[in-house]
Amino acid sequence: MRRRDQRLMMIGAAGAVLVLAATLTFVGLRDSVVFFVAPSELAEKAQANQRVRLGGLVVEGTLRRDADGAMRFAVTDGVTQVEVRYDGILPDLFREGQGIVAEGVWAPGQAFEAERVLAKHDETYMPREVAEALKQSGEWKGEGAP
Amino acid sequence: MIAEIGAFAAALALALSLAQGALGLAASRRDSRAEATAAIAQAAAAMCIFAFACLIAVFVQSDFSVAVVAANSHVDKPLIYKIAGAWGNHEGSMLLWCTVSALFGAILASTRGRQSLGLWSRSVGVQGLVTAGALIYTLFISPPFARLDPAPMLGAGLNPLLQDPALVAHPPLLYLGYVGLSVPFSLAIAALIEGRADQAWAKSLRPWTLAAWTFLTVGIAIGSYWAYYELGWGGWWFWDPVENASFMPWLVAAALVHSSIVTERRGSLASWTILLAIIGFGLAILGTFLVRSGVLTSVHAFAVDPTRGIAMLVLLFVALGIGFGLYAWRAPKLSQPSGFAAVSRESMLVWNNFGLAIAAGVVLIGTLYPLIVEAAGGGLISVGPPFFNATVAPLLGVLFLLLPLGPMLTWRVGDMRAALMRLAPAAVLALITLFGALALSSWRAAPAIGLALGVWLVAGGLIYLWTRLQRGEGRLAAKIALMPLAVWSMSVAHIGAGVLTIGAIAETAFRSERAAALQPGESVAFAGGRVMLLEVRQTEGPNYTSNRANFQVDRHGVTEALSAERRFYSTSPMPTTEVGILGRIDGDLYIALGDAVRDTPGAWSIRLYHNPLVYLIFLGALMMALGGLLSLLALARRRKVAA
Repeated sequence: MRRRDQRLMMIGAAGAVLVLAATLTFVGLRDSVVFFVAPSELAEKAQANQRVRLGGLVVEGTLRRDADGAMRFAVTDGVTQVEVRYDGILPDLFREGQGIVAEGVWAPGQAFEAERVLAKHDETYMPREVAEALKQSGEWKGEGAP
Repeated sequence: MIAEIGAFAAALALALSLAQGALGLAASRRDSRAEATAAIAQAAAAMCIFAFACLIAVFVQSDFSVAVVAANSHVDKPLIYKIAGAWGNHEGSMLLWCTVSALFGAILASTRGRQSLGLWSRSVGVQGLVTAGALIYTLFISPPFARLDPAPMLGAGLNPLLQDPALVAHPPLLYLGYVGLSVPFSLAIAALIEGRADQAWAKSLRPWTLAAWTFLTVGIAIGSYWAYYELGWGGWWFWDPVENASFMPWLVAAALVHSSIVTERRGSLASWTILLAIIGFGLAILGTFLVRSGVLTSVHAFAVDPTRGIAMLVLLFVALGIGFGLYAWRAPKLSQPSGFAAVSRESMLVWNNFGLAIAAGVVLIGTLYPLIVEAAGGGLISVGPPFFNATVAPLLGVLFLLLPLGPMLTWRVGDMRAALMRLAPAAVLALITLFGALALSSWRAAPAIGLALGVWLVAGGLIYLWTRLQRGEGRLAAKIALMPLAVWSMSVAHIGAGVLTIGAIAETAFRSERAAALQPGESVAFAGGRVMLLEVRQTEGPNYTSNRANFQVDRHGVTEALSAERRFYSTSPMPTTEVGILGRIDGDLYIALGDAVRDTPGAWSIRLYHNPLVYLIFLGALMMALGGLLSLLALARRRKVAA
């Protein structure tokens, strides 16, 4: 093979890999991005069975266990309460009254089915998404509150 | 008093590193000046180490009049965690960053090798400025020695999750890796200023990239192992922004390790190597920024403070601005000799670099995309594991498919046919794995391909070792002893990548999990056996109380005991999970203890995981790190022979 052909071949192959990477990235970002919603926006923004992140404060006294072992609790942004169902061990930092983020799917008339529940390592820190939700609903009591 | 002395030493270190920067960059031809530069670099390192020792001292003394000690330590804490508390917080970890940077500057200053005086002097100078930048940030934005008045009686305590042997080692190792990338950056900037990047330059670059990459590998592996056994979620990698923050520099460092070989051996790819060195350090700063600023919601974010984030972004833009600016201006002047064919060792290393760099780019896009969307008013979003699995895995797959070919090809022009012939047994093994896994996993393609690639890497690495042993005369044992370290190091690292792949795929695709609520005496069927809860007892630790559950596990005809704990630290409202792990050849049986079940007295919620071959993940990572270490030894030995 001549030198020029070799170079063309390498550039062609490199281009193919780049196109592959760009396609994967584009499709990946289109399909697997998860939107964040506050409890009061859930009905309006989330389509049924679309993965979303739901953030808010766990309502005091709502944590209980179903007969099948799944955990149930309500999450609020001060306006709307949403029932969440999670089949798994809640993170160590999970507490009633604390901010959490639940990732999962929701359908009208049913509890939010969480696949992951996130709480922070640091108990003094509120997940930013929860802070945003509280600010939107006017329930924010931290820094910059009116 | 110690705190003030420490703050003074740090300020002195700042002055010294500024002097090191000015004198080093001036690159005087006079030997006395060069000696002075080296001496200043050493003095700056000594001052930083002294300042950091002062910080450790105030932590050991539990001097709660120092703000960071009050916020992060407690008298009841075991000594080792008091010491580790010095770097288990933002301010202290930044001082550690400075200390490592200054220390590396001193080592750089005392290892000139065969570099020209100008290159050496300027690289020491740039390193001095890197240290100075970090010190300015540390002293003015997050002072570690700030006092509290009045001093509290008791400290707040270190986050109990961080009171763990792995987390004593994890941050310093990651920082050694991050900061280790500052030295290639300094060498790259020096080469751009000098307008020269020759083989001697690449030779002094290689140990630094290798060391940085090795530290990052061990640091990430330990962090991942910690997440596996401490968080109690059964997983080891979550594609969390904080994890990506260390994975991106790791990918670029891996590329740099390979490209600097080409530059050293063949003199080509010099400007690409320089570009990678700049990007690598940029990603290291970005990593520190992402971890420390909390701009991204993460499963394990640490601190949130906008001024810190902004200051760190300023440092990032200064470093990258100078780096890319110089690169655009000077890189075209760097000569690019010695061509190579499309089939050669060089071209395979180019593919390696291409693949690793694109993978790093994709991780970067996925990590920063939420920030971009939010800035554009698109709302809050998150990019999770599905994205990274769908993008990074195929890219690494292509890379791994080509990987065993590289060592089989010679420099300049290689013989692809011969290489493929020799690798044929590996290909056969990989195909057997592919179809075996397809049949056993009811035709799930992705895990089967992943496992086959892992086998391909391991077998390919072993075949390469075998062909090297065929060379020359003599007995096998003698040939094994005489085999160059460089061959061992490369093979061990590549086989390690294969081992890690097998473990990662097996764990991710074939893990089983189950939640249950058990009363003492009850049992559940799990992973081909039975798990019985025997009892749950209250126990006392040095600074915590815990619920300790004892289990009896019957699997494969063997009965074993296993216990899991939930600890309550007096200083923290949050309990922590101490999982019980039963490691066997087929993988780990992993039990996490939850809360007592409210409605059923005496019952406890537990979560069971079976993680097949999970230990291969950590074994593979350690093999890769061992490969890096052996390669460093090989370089050191060669240097000794040359001297």
